[in-house]
Formats: sequence, C-alpha cells, structure tokens
Amino acid sequence: MAPIVEFRNAGYAINGRMLVEDVCFQVESGETIVLLGRSGSGKTTTLRLINRLLEPTSGGVLVEGKETMDWDPIRLRRRIGYVIQEIGLFPHFTVARNVALVPSLESWPEEKVEMRVNDVLGLVGLEPAQFAARFPRELSGGQRQRVGVARALAADPSILLLDEPFGALDPITRSEIQKEFRALQKRLGKTMVFVTHDVREAFILGDRIGLMKDGRLLALVPAADFQKLDHPEAKAFAESYA
Amino acid sequence: MSVLDFMWTRRSEVLLLTLEHLEIVGIAILIAIAIGLPLGILMTRSPRMSRPILAFANIVQTVPSLALFGFLIPLPFIGGIGTRTAIVALVLYSLLPIIRNTFTGISGVDPAIREAGRAMGMTDSQLLWKVEIPLALGVIFAGIRVATVIAVGVATIAAAVGAGGLGMFIFRGVSMVDSRLILAGAIPAAALALIADFGLGAIQKRFSKLLCLLCLVSVAATLSACSRTDRIVVGSKNFTEQVILGELLAQQIEGTTNLRVDRKLNLGGTLICHQALVAGQIDTYVEYTGTALTAVLKEPPSNDSARVYDTVRGAYKNQFGIEWTEPLGFNNTFAIIVRKADAQALKLKTISDAAPQTAHWTAGFGYEFIEREDGYAGLAKTYGLRFPSPPRVMDLGITYKAAAEKQVDFIAGNSTDGLIDGLGLVVLEDDKHYFPPYDAVPLVRDAVVAKHPEVRQALKDLAGKISEDQMRRLNYAVDGEHKDVKEVVREFLKGN
Repeated sequence: MAPIVEFRNAGYAINGRMLVEDVCFQVESGETIVLLGRSGSGKTTTLRLINRLLEPTSGGVLVEGKETMDWDPIRLRRRIGYVIQEIGLFPHFTVARNVALVPSLESWPEEKVEMRVNDVLGLVGLEPAQFAARFPRELSGGQRQRVGVARALAADPSILLLDEPFGALDPITRSEIQKEFRALQKRLGKTMVFVTHDVREAFILGDRIGLMKDGRLLALVPAADFQKLDHPEAKAFAESYA
Repeated sequence: MSVLDFMWTRRSEVLLLTLEHLEIVGIAILIAIAIGLPLGILMTRSPRMSRPILAFANIVQTVPSLALFGFLIPLPFIGGIGTRTAIVALVLYSLLPIIRNTFTGISGVDPAIREAGRAMGMTDSQLLWKVEIPLALGVIFAGIRVATVIAVGVATIAAAVGAGGLGMFIFRGVSMVDSRLILAGAIPAAALALIADFGLGAIQKRFSKLLCLLCLVSVAATLSACSRTDRIVVGSKNFTEQVILGELLAQQIEGTTNLRVDRKLNLGGTLICHQALVAGQIDTYVEYTGTALTAVLKEPPSNDSARVYDTVRGAYKNQFGIEWTEPLGFNNTFAIIVRKADAQALKLKTISDAAPQTAHWTAGFGYEFIEREDGYAGLAKTYGLRFPSPPRVMDLGITYKAAAEKQVDFIAGNSTDGLIDGLGLVVLEDDKHYFPPYDAVPLVRDAVVAKHPEVRQALKDLAGKISEDQMRRLNYAVDGEHKDVKEVVREFLKGN
C-alpha cells in the first residue's frame, strides 16, 4: 500500500535560512509517528509542510500520493485534523460551534453536524449536555485541549497532525490525557504525526520515533529501538527519560 | 432670561439645527465606515499598504478643520458651499480612528486562533468574516465611537461653509457677542457627543440591527434633503448686519415671488461668499462696493462712490456673470472705534487725534482687516499709527467685547454696528478719508435672473430703503436687544 504521507528530500527556507533540510520519510496508514526534537529542531516546520501551511522550497511532500502543491490547500486542510499547543479555539464560538467548524465549512446538514459534535465530544471524554453550550473561557486547560482534539476529529479526517498538544498542561492532567489519547488512537486507527520534545510522551504514543536536530531528520526507528540509537542527540534524549 | 429659557423659546430652531447636525454627522460616519473598514482590512492583508494609508489619515487629522473647509470649497464635485463639503471634511476626519482601530483590532487577534482557523481549512474571507472581524469588533466599534464624538465637534465648524447644524448658533453668537446663542449651540452639541458615545456603547451588542436602522434613517434624511428643488439660495457673511441683510433678501423674495428660499447665512468672510456665488452654490447676497473693488477685484481703493459702483458692476458682469442690483441706501464703511471714556478723557474726535495715543495702546482687528488692501497697513501709514506690539487678530464680533473689556484699545468695526453705543464705544472720524465707500448692494447671478426675472425685481424694490441710521438700529435690535433676526426683518419690511 502506498504511504499516506511521504517526504521526498523536502526542505523549507525562509530568507535564505534553512529551517528544514532534505527530509525523507514515509508514514504508513494507521501508524503514529512522533517527531522528537529540541525547540528549533524543525519538527513544527516539518508538520506544517504536510497540510501546506508552509510550502516546501525544495523537494516535495506527498499526501495520499499527491504533491501538496497540487492539492487545493483548503481541500487538503479540511481532510487533515490539526491540534496545536495553544489550541486556538475561537473565543466567540461555543464548544459545539468550535467542534463543528470543519463540518459547517463543508456544509454538512445540521442534524448530522449536531450528531457528530456529540459523538466526538463523547470520544474525548466531555459530556455533550454539559459542555456543548459553554464558551472556551469557561473551561479548564485540559478541557480546552480535549475540545481542540474533538475539533480536529470532527470531520473524520484520515490524518491527524498534533503539535505538542499537551505541552501546556500540568503533569497530572497531561499524563491522564496521554493515556486516554493512546486508547483513542487504538480505537480510531488514524494516521498521526505527533510533534513533541517530551521523550516520555514519544514512548507512550509513538509507533515510530523520528529524531530531529538542526532541521534534519537524524533517524526514524520503531519506538522500541530508539534507546539503541548511537547518535549523541538520541542518547541525550534517552538519558532524560531515565 | 436664562440659557435654558432662551433655548426653550427657540426650541423649534434648536431641534431643527440638532437634526441637521445629526444628519451631517450620521451620513459622514456611515461613509467613513464604508471607506475606513475596507482600508483597515486592506492594511492587515497587505502590510506594504499600511504605511501610506496611515500617513494619509494622520495628515488629514492634523489639518485644522477650518483650513480643510477652505481647501474643499474651490474643488469640483466634492467641494463648494453646503452640506456636501461638510460631509466630505467630516469623513476625512473620521477616517483615522476607524482605519487605525480596524487595523489594530484585526492585528490583535491571537495568532494561534488565526493559525487554527487556517489549518482547519478556512479561506481568507471566512477567517476574516467569521473570526477576525467578530473578535476585532469591540476595538473597531471603539474607533467608530471616537470618530463620532470628533465628528459631532467638528460639525459645529461646518456652519462656516453653510452646512447648517448647531454651529449656526455658535457662529451667530460669536458675531453678535451673545453668549446665550453660543451656549444654545454648544450645549446641544456637547449633549449630542455624550449621547452618541453612550448610545453607541449601548448598541454595541446589538450592533448590526441598529446600524441598519441608522443607515435607513440617514438615507431617508439624505433623500428628503435632495428632493428640494428650484430654490433661491440666499447667502451672507458672518456678522450681524450681513445676517440681517441675508434674512431681508430672503423675506423679500419669499414675500414678492412664488419662489422658495434656502438660507445659507453666516458663511464666513467675503471670499467664501464670493466663491460660493461664482460657483452657483448661492444665488444672491449683499456685498459692499469698496469690498468688491479691493478684496475681490484687487484694485486700488477709491473715494468716489459712483465710480466704484460702476467699476464693480462692469467687472462682475464681465468676469463672473454676476449682477449688481441697486444700492440699498447705506454706506457701511470701516469705522475706527475706541472706548467713549478714552475719547472723552483725551478729547479724541478723529483718527488723527488718536494717532499719538497709539504708542501705548493695543489694537484688535478681525482677520479681514489685517489682510485687506484698504485695511490696517494703509491705515497705519496714512495716520502714522505706532502700536508697540502687532495688532491682536481675533474674530470680528469679539473685537467689540475685547474693546469694552479693555483687552484692546483700538478696533476697526463697521460704521453701522449697533453695538457701538450699547457697549460704551465711539466712532472716530476718518478725517483723512482713508476708507473707501462701502455701499451695500444685493448681488445676484445672471443665470438666476435669466430663469427668474422676478428675483431681480424683488431686489430692486429694496433700492434706497435702508439708511445708515436704520441699519444701525436694525443691528442694535439684534445685537443689543437680542431680538430674533427674522422678527426684526419682518417688522422692518412691514414698516415700509
């Protein structure tokens, strides 16, 4: 089966400075890849190349076998769920309207949207009756992040991109939500690319872990093999886990 | 009579002018929103455009309002005398707060929210209308509120170009030295500004519905204003005598023809009236022969009354297509005025008598007197006046009060001014015949005469009807006794 996402020597430069260089990897359908790296290693840039928030300045990125540059960016983005650390919920929308964003943009019929909102809120552990009518400011940080995940899942995308989604949560909430998310992953069978600097999170959630440094992908190995890597950067991360 | 009693007796006029004021401000703000909002949005989309747009709005904001009106009058389409010019000026003033707040409001939206919107596959216009504008609305609305309050204030100055509104009271009050009139304009204007600010704040939540309502009201008001047809527009300069004469022409035309009259009184100085007449913004006003000769035609002053009349009559016909009808009968020459107490103590009868005293006096003049060929410079040369400091320049109406209150000692007024006696002032004789004759004559555009010959006849019927003495009494009835101009003119016409 063809890979669902493929990087072919992809690079991204801004004002002559390379943020990401010569990245090659493939993501198989249904697997979760964690891109692990320090701040500024290029992992967020790599993620943003997938849904064409950024356009590669060299090489190419393929989604479902087609170059992102050949996709209509709006169509492409509506097929890919996206969760960021700052969440970015619309403060003037209720939880229900936030979650319904993409289905509404896609003009789903109203009842279908409502059912879907209730379903995904349930998936992320939020009781629809209790939360649907609330505004983001009336939620805790963890609840907001669950809404962010629900919004990304609402249109049932086959790919989910997550950029340190749990980074801003307190350690206990983070640990809870990671476990729930792991369970959700198994249930939904979505393809996911997950960016983090937390090696513990990488081990919990990743089928494979890609190590990034200075805009380059140093290695992409099954999670179980990560600690065997010989690279000093890998060792630094492995040590921080121990 | 207190200010409030005064306003109550004039309540219909206060209401009318307040509505006019609201109409001007309302239309101007709606247009400013229609221009400013897209410009502000454009700035967020194309940062390169933002500098020139903001620079333009900033520069406009720093131009003094009266100067801006001055620039606009000679321009075709957007300029001229009347409501349109006022609206254009108000729109220009209102742009900056609206543009700037639209830009800051949208730029201030959390980048994470914008990023999330884009990543969810919103198009730029969906992002703008569903996310950025709703979130920036509070800031944008604050800009509209600021613009409205500024516009309510600036609109009072619009009366100077004949746009009406509460500024009419203020200008009239200043020229008549009547603080009740000033307050009758200033109090409702201040109240309007406060109500607009609070009102807009209150409707912020139900923004769209009430804005629509506001639009409808403004459009209806504009339509009703436009539907006025075929009227004779009477103008006047901005001092009491001119307002009385303007009202006189208006009532004479209304009384002897079937035409309807629009009054654009209190238009500012000679040049504004002249430009307005040439441009067809007004159809008739009363001009003085000497003023036309020197200030408009830029010819040297002359002492021969008949020759001056013939000169200006011929020149206006050829150059401007404007007819000088028959003189009204009085000569409103410049008059040098001092306090009666000073004149008695120092035994001053003529300007020559007063010349030696000028070494320890302060002079106060209106703007025109400083600028004009037959004004201050020639006077000082002819009589050898030596003031220790340059003359203080102020509004003509204020000079009387300034002299009476010993702020200045030597002023140039008009020989027909009713206030001279009332304020304890006295006219010094022009013993060297420096001032040329200023015979008052109604002017009318040839185009109007061709279409409505009865207007010329109506104006001719006023020939020789007003002596200097009568004019001074009319002026005093308004300035000194605070009678209503319309009433004073009505009684005068009845007596003839």
